[in-house]
Amino acid sequence: MTVTQERATVGFGRTLRKEDARFVRGKGTYVDDVVLPGMLHGAMLRSPYAHARIVSIDTSQALAHPKVKAVITGETLQGLNLAWMPTLSYDTQAVLATDKVRFQGQEVAFVIAEDHYSARDAVELIEVEYEPLPAVVDAKRALDPDTPVIRDDKEEQTTNRIFDWEAGDRAETDEVFARADVVVAQDMLYPRVHPSPLETCGAVAHMEPATGKLTVWTTTQAPHAHRTVYALVAGLPEHKIRIIAPDIGGGFGNKVGIYPGYVCAIVGSIVTGAPVKWVEDRAEHLMSTAFARDYHMRGEIAATRDGKILGLRVNVIADHGAFNATAQPSKFPAGFFHVFTGSYDLQAAHCKVTGVYTNKAPGGVAYACSFRITEAVYLVERMVDLLARELDVDPAQLRMQNLLRAEQFPYTTPTGWEYDSGDYPKTLQLALEMAGYDELRAEQRRRRERIAAGEKLPEMGIGVSFFTEAVGAGPRKHMDILGLGMADGAELRIHPTGKAVLRISVQTQGQGHETTFAQIVGNELGLPTEDIEVVHGDTDQTPFGLGTYGSRSTPVSGAATAVVARKVRERARIVAAAMLEVSPDDLEWDAGGWQVRGDPDQRKTIQEIALAAHSNLELPEGVEGHLDATTVYNPPNLTYPFGAYVCVVDVDTETGQVKVRRFIAVDDCGVRINPMVVEGQIHGGLADGIGMALMQVMAFDQDGNHLAANFMDYLLPTAMECPSWELGETVTPSPHHPIGAKGVGESATVGSPAAVVNAVLDALAPYGGRHADMPLTPAAVWLARQGRPLRTDLAIE
Amino acid sequence: MEITVTVNGTEYTRDVEPRLLLVHFLRQHLGLTGTHWGCDTSNCGTCVVWFDGKPLKSCTMLAVMAHGHEIRTVEGLARNGQLDPVQQGFIECHGLQCGFCTPGMLMTARALLDTNPDPSEGEIREAISGQLCRCTGYENIVRAVRWAAEHPAGTEVTT
Amino acid sequence: MQVPAPFTYERATSVDHAIELLTRLGPEARVVAGGHSLIPMMKLRLATPEALVDINDLAAELSYIRVDGDALRVGALTRHAELLASPLAAEHYPIFVDAERVIADPVVRNFGTVGGSLCQADPSEDLSAAFAAVRAEAVIRGPAGTRTVPVRELHTGPYETVLDPDELLIELRVPIRPGGGSAYEKVERRVGDYPVAAAGAALWLAGDGTVADVGIGLTAVGAAHFVAAEAEAALRGAPATEESFAQAGRVAAEHCQPVADQRGPVEYKRHLAQVLTVRALRRAAARARGEG
Repeated sequence: MTVTQERATVGFGRTLRKEDARFVRGKGTYVDDVVLPGMLHGAMLRSPYAHARIVSIDTSQALAHPKVKAVITGETLQGLNLAWMPTLSYDTQAVLATDKVRFQGQEVAFVIAEDHYSARDAVELIEVEYEPLPAVVDAKRALDPDTPVIRDDKEEQTTNRIFDWEAGDRAETDEVFARADVVVAQDMLYPRVHPSPLETCGAVAHMEPATGKLTVWTTTQAPHAHRTVYALVAGLPEHKIRIIAPDIGGGFGNKVGIYPGYVCAIVGSIVTGAPVKWVEDRAEHLMSTAFARDYHMRGEIAATRDGKILGLRVNVIADHGAFNATAQPSKFPAGFFHVFTGSYDLQAAHCKVTGVYTNKAPGGVAYACSFRITEAVYLVERMVDLLARELDVDPAQLRMQNLLRAEQFPYTTPTGWEYDSGDYPKTLQLALEMAGYDELRAEQRRRRERIAAGEKLPEMGIGVSFFTEAVGAGPRKHMDILGLGMADGAELRIHPTGKAVLRISVQTQGQGHETTFAQIVGNELGLPTEDIEVVHGDTDQTPFGLGTYGSRSTPVSGAATAVVARKVRERARIVAAAMLEVSPDDLEWDAGGWQVRGDPDQRKTIQEIALAAHSNLELPEGVEGHLDATTVYNPPNLTYPFGAYVCVVDVDTETGQVKVRRFIAVDDCGVRINPMVVEGQIHGGLADGIGMALMQVMAFDQDGNHLAANFMDYLLPTAMECPSWELGETVTPSPHHPIGAKGVGESATVGSPAAVVNAVLDALAPYGGRHADMPLTPAAVWLARQGRPLRTDLAIE
Repeated sequence: MEITVTVNGTEYTRDVEPRLLLVHFLRQHLGLTGTHWGCDTSNCGTCVVWFDGKPLKSCTMLAVMAHGHEIRTVEGLARNGQLDPVQQGFIECHGLQCGFCTPGMLMTARALLDTNPDPSEGEIREAISGQLCRCTGYENIVRAVRWAAEHPAGTEVTT
Repeated sequence: MQVPAPFTYERATSVDHAIELLTRLGPEARVVAGGHSLIPMMKLRLATPEALVDINDLAAELSYIRVDGDALRVGALTRHAELLASPLAAEHYPIFVDAERVIADPVVRNFGTVGGSLCQADPSEDLSAAFAAVRAEAVIRGPAGTRTVPVRELHTGPYETVLDPDELLIELRVPIRPGGGSAYEKVERRVGDYPVAAAGAALWLAGDGTVADVGIGLTAVGAAHFVAAEAEAALRGAPATEESFAQAGRVAAEHCQPVADQRGPVEYKRHLAQVLTVRALRRAAARARGEG
């Protein structure tokens, strides 16, 4: 049970985390821990209706509360041209509602008071008169004629359609389908779920009247992007804005966008002249911040009778909520969904995605989705299983037959992705071996025989999932968010005594950057990890970059770090050459120092070189003094981690309860900087799979009431539902990444739900039903067994 | 009203409203921000502290109810600067990532080992079943508690 | 986090003092014991009492589990964790151990109380079904003195009991009869969730293998007073066989009134009432026979 492995102190390997020292002592600093002198507290009034006209807002009683300092409404903000703000998808979102409310929980007014409890009391004193309107809740009906138009604030918007988007070759795909022996079609929902980090969102905004400097401590995965957007939106000079992401209690894509609460806190600080803290409660968090998924998909798969998959066709209705605020590169309104061809060698593929407005909170791209790759992988892995069922072949065997082969890389998919490297069959083979797949199938056969003979036993299910991720957005020429390129910077400073400070633009929310990025520097320069300080999170102290999400930290910032460390190493070479009075070409690098080739006693360590670089040593051309360097890394391509997962379940068919017995995960994320950290990332994502497959969903009733606005109703997995994860690895370095690493943060969340769903449906195979939507709660499983699968996104009647 | 609560061995007397939640008393009145909060319905467990030696979700108790009682928080786990074996175990076994659930997990783990020094994996999972973690998938938390069970005297302070 | 509205707070120094306080403070005062049902409701402002009477100092008078003659007596202030760990409960009424194992979570069980949960009167409360199954009696004290109410008559509706605002639940009393077995079965979507449905059964076997007496409690399915009375009547005197249990399950399912919600549709909950009644009876019978 206990893991004992060699510890690494320099460079790559199993290094214990530096950040743990403060967290285990309870000395982390999260946004709600920030206390400033004279700080006031904000609280938000939110709409109880999903769709309603605002008739009047009376704040007089709230203003009369002795501890209240200010009350802000949409009308207040209109005067500052801030009632609406741009979203990351070139739409607009209400900061505080003016004409209508468009989702239950939408922000209506903001109270600022001396303390948190008074602010909450005062919120209850605001009287709002609403005129309720019919709510648009079912995304599949959002484009029906006579459906109320939600975005009547936009002149050109006459329906609830946001966009139509396509990828792939439609004609070619149709042709492939026309001649295929077998076509299987299936509707499936990836329900609305929510990343739900344990720390909710918040900000402490401090506009210092004396200097005009705005400092905002906030839960953000992208501090520089926030700074630039505040500058553009609020007309504040960007050099006078400082965003600080302190310790963040989980992000998972939920903390990328700018929420109305942050803007109100900033306005509140400007208006009162004091710092204003706003931290939302859990209900607010679940009802109004970035949800994930909500893709209504219809998939079709075409194959030969012998099991060769020929093509895939998908139609999607994407529920974006009341404002289109998805965070993904601007040319990709459906994110990277067109990676849905998955890990297989297909002749043709085509997808069409229609985005629609509904009376729900904005969002969609969040929760470790790698920009919709969670949806894409779920779709293709379910379709492959459905094909296996149709052809009556083993689903692992069918995958093995169709996986891309190593010699096919780099491989361009029918929808334009260039996968960098991979040996897929090897990874699947390892997963099957670790699982003891053949023995499991034999056990299942024996179990089914006993059940058929009348024994009361749970049904056993085995599910397989193989995924290809596309992470590390992204190359400048293809990718930007709001026009900001997705290149990230790194700055490395070496002090005279040989200690290093690395400044990066990405933002850890638990991924261990303070350790792993130090390891990257250490790998290049031979410095012990403890001698390297990693600075992040403060826009005054770090280079510009678009932050951490989509598993991009290692692929982009990790590359930047390696590159900048190599620049430093090259400068060190020149200084060493001056110290040793040789030509730089005579030197070779060896474990922390430059030495003369063939004469290793003639050597200078990086520490000696650092001191010398700051001394009065005559320096030659190429070095101005000291070793410091900066870089901005524009990735040439994304990276493509991949993996094979196997899940084993036992299903009590009388009650519908599912027990996950085992979960085997073999991941290939290229070179692993810190195996311990990599495994931790995978463990966390696998738990997401259990949660989404079996219990997590945000459903709505027909009035648009949110049915999962607290942790009693929005169920997250605990240690009891998770098995002990069994991990394996293969390593296929990325050919274009400076250290061959690919990133892994979202892999397990991407690959695991399909494995669990495939397993449960495999357990139910003897009963005939082919598909049932997540979450497979006991009720859903029981109904699926009857062949009457439940629609999970609406109220159960 | 005036209350006196002993926290991490020190007595504090403060004037508080009856409705002040214990978690807010600790965080705001005593500045002990190691104890967190994360939900409205007593489900997440980021607020777990000890009340007279037993793990308690401090968001579900009023500060006034703690008058005359003893509270221990994560700040009181280390003794004389020496980390508790559970704290060391969490570091050794990567039992934390963002750190937000960690104080609560540590308090429950310490209480478990005090009554059950050699818990099985199943007993550990059940002990923390009222507390959520979004980062670790629980695997390394369980390993960390096992490490602490196997190293009751800990090792030298690591970091 | 959400926070309660203001109220005043008093601490009782004895049961009599508690009752005195409740009488003085009037109907807008509530008792707080473990607080793990009440305080969450107050934070959401679904409950807004004007005053709280804290009875946590009354452990000497109200926190105990003991056997007196032919009754298992559980003080109302007994914490869930204590009932779960009680050797007396395990010996005489393992239904309580089964139920407590699946109530809330281990940390909440340190402070939530048996009395508090019963008085909260949630229509999905596990202990309501368990205490109903064993035909327990609730001992209640008020300004006029002490009275005893069968647990089967304690609850008058969702979140409503027969207690007057100035009365305190003191004790639960469960009659002990030899030769019995009891068990509890629950289906939940996830650990700590309220039940989708749950059933508790207690039964006593006659020498000829028939069911001498039986109690069946159901929760979360709208069974009147948390009892499957018709199923009990059907089973009493019948042989203790799978067939009889199956019939009892069918009758129990027929007579409950589940409501659809996100835990499941009506037909599924009714189905669970049937399945779990059978499973609880089966295990109770096995325990009655000494099979464990």
